[in-house]
Amino acid sequence: MIHAFKFKESYIAMDVESGAVHVLDKMAYDCITSENPYELPYRREEISEVLSEIEELKKAGALAAPAPEPFEIGDVETQPIKSMCLHVAHDCNLRCKYCFAGTGEYSGQRSLMSREVAKAALDFLMISSKNRHNLEVDFFGGEPLLNMDVVRFCVEYGRELEKKYNKKINFTMTTNGVALTDEISDWLNENMHNIVISLDGRREVHDSMRPTANGKSSYDITLQNAKKLIAKRGDGEYYIRGTYTCENLDFAEDVLELYRQGFKHISVEPVVLSEDSPYALKEEHLERIVAEYERLAEIITEDAKAGGDLHFFHFNIDLSHGPCLKRRVKGCGAGFEYVAISPTGEIYPCHQFVGDEDFRMGSVLSGEFNKKMQADFMKCSIFTKEKCRDCFAKYFCSGGCAANAQHYNGSIYKPHELTCAILKKRTECAIGIITELKGE
Amino acid sequence: MKHIKTIQTPCIKNTEGTGCGECQASCQSACKTSCTIANQTCKQEEK
Repeated sequence: MIHAFKFKESYIAMDVESGAVHVLDKMAYDCITSENPYELPYRREEISEVLSEIEELKKAGALAAPAPEPFEIGDVETQPIKSMCLHVAHDCNLRCKYCFAGTGEYSGQRSLMSREVAKAALDFLMISSKNRHNLEVDFFGGEPLLNMDVVRFCVEYGRELEKKYNKKINFTMTTNGVALTDEISDWLNENMHNIVISLDGRREVHDSMRPTANGKSSYDITLQNAKKLIAKRGDGEYYIRGTYTCENLDFAEDVLELYRQGFKHISVEPVVLSEDSPYALKEEHLERIVAEYERLAEIITEDAKAGGDLHFFHFNIDLSHGPCLKRRVKGCGAGFEYVAISPTGEIYPCHQFVGDEDFRMGSVLSGEFNKKMQADFMKCSIFTKEKCRDCFAKYFCSGGCAANAQHYNGSIYKPHELTCAILKKRTECAIGIITELKGE
Repeated sequence: MKHIKTIQTPCIKNTEGTGCGECQASCQSACKTSCTIANQTCKQEEK
């Protein structure tokens, strides 16, 4: 499958199955997108010349490479679980208007994870990860800083488990940053492999969506705390993560504001809300969203050419060192190699399913685990999702977010169309930026 | 080639030894609400 598109003044052809990328002149672009190239308004000899170049690339496996035969993702009996999202606090000190977790409660009561549950969760991970060496544990909520006692306990206990089981655990945290102190920041910098701090960008955008529990602004405290933490982070990974809604479709301005504030690793994500929410993204917004990603891609290209170092999460693709095919076909791993644990120890396929009883997989306390549900999630790959098979972006999103598919379309096998359209545009932009910069 | 310039040669690996499963889960990195796999790094390439 070939996907040809235009980015700025460049004509680009992606060879979907091999991952090769080519820059075309206008004539080659017209030929590659035409069913009858010899009917194009070019000299016959020139068209033959282009077609022979296309043939040469096909023979080299760099154009129109065949799709692989579908294969099984694995056997549920031997499948390791390697990543865990620990919901250490179903409580929050903010009241974000777009929160998919019901401002921290996840359809349940406000609660904190106990040491007992945290210990059982890490024990479950050690056993379930089988022969996998590199493991991940993300402290999530709600707001994980509200339960730092258990966070510290987990890291201390996790380090013991690493030695006992010969594993490596990369601990990460997703936080709103409000409760950060200097001491906590230093500890996080020392112990977290990656830190994701939620900050939406411009002051007015952030404050309109992320008020404190008593209705006040959280912008200044988040910004200052994030700056202090990252100033001392060194080379450690971090992301400043914003959310855009239909109220800030000019979200490139938020990315730029975060960059102006000194942050270099930025992720600004489309909000996930049902269509009846006043902040939801809908089909009617798509044209504007697409244009905004193009604008952001142009800004980032120019910044990079000028020596800047703005890294936007979804455009940050390293083509030659990316994941292998087996990784790219099986999605994010939700439900079969990635699980989320609620404060009471219930197991769910991922953080976005927490609280949905239809997707409760078991409990780390009782050891019960629904293998059938794990198998259902395992089967959900780009081979089994009808809409993915012929999509040019399938190896970039790997079939998309199972939770979004379930919540919008009622099935983990039916990707959300708007999310797909956004992902496709981001893929074109990412490839476009690489093309522009390699052409320098 | 005169009309086509390759900026990336075939790069989606499907050879023996791939699929080790040691790479990061995408949602653990920065998104938590969407899914981008291609910006993950292969653990074998990191070595």
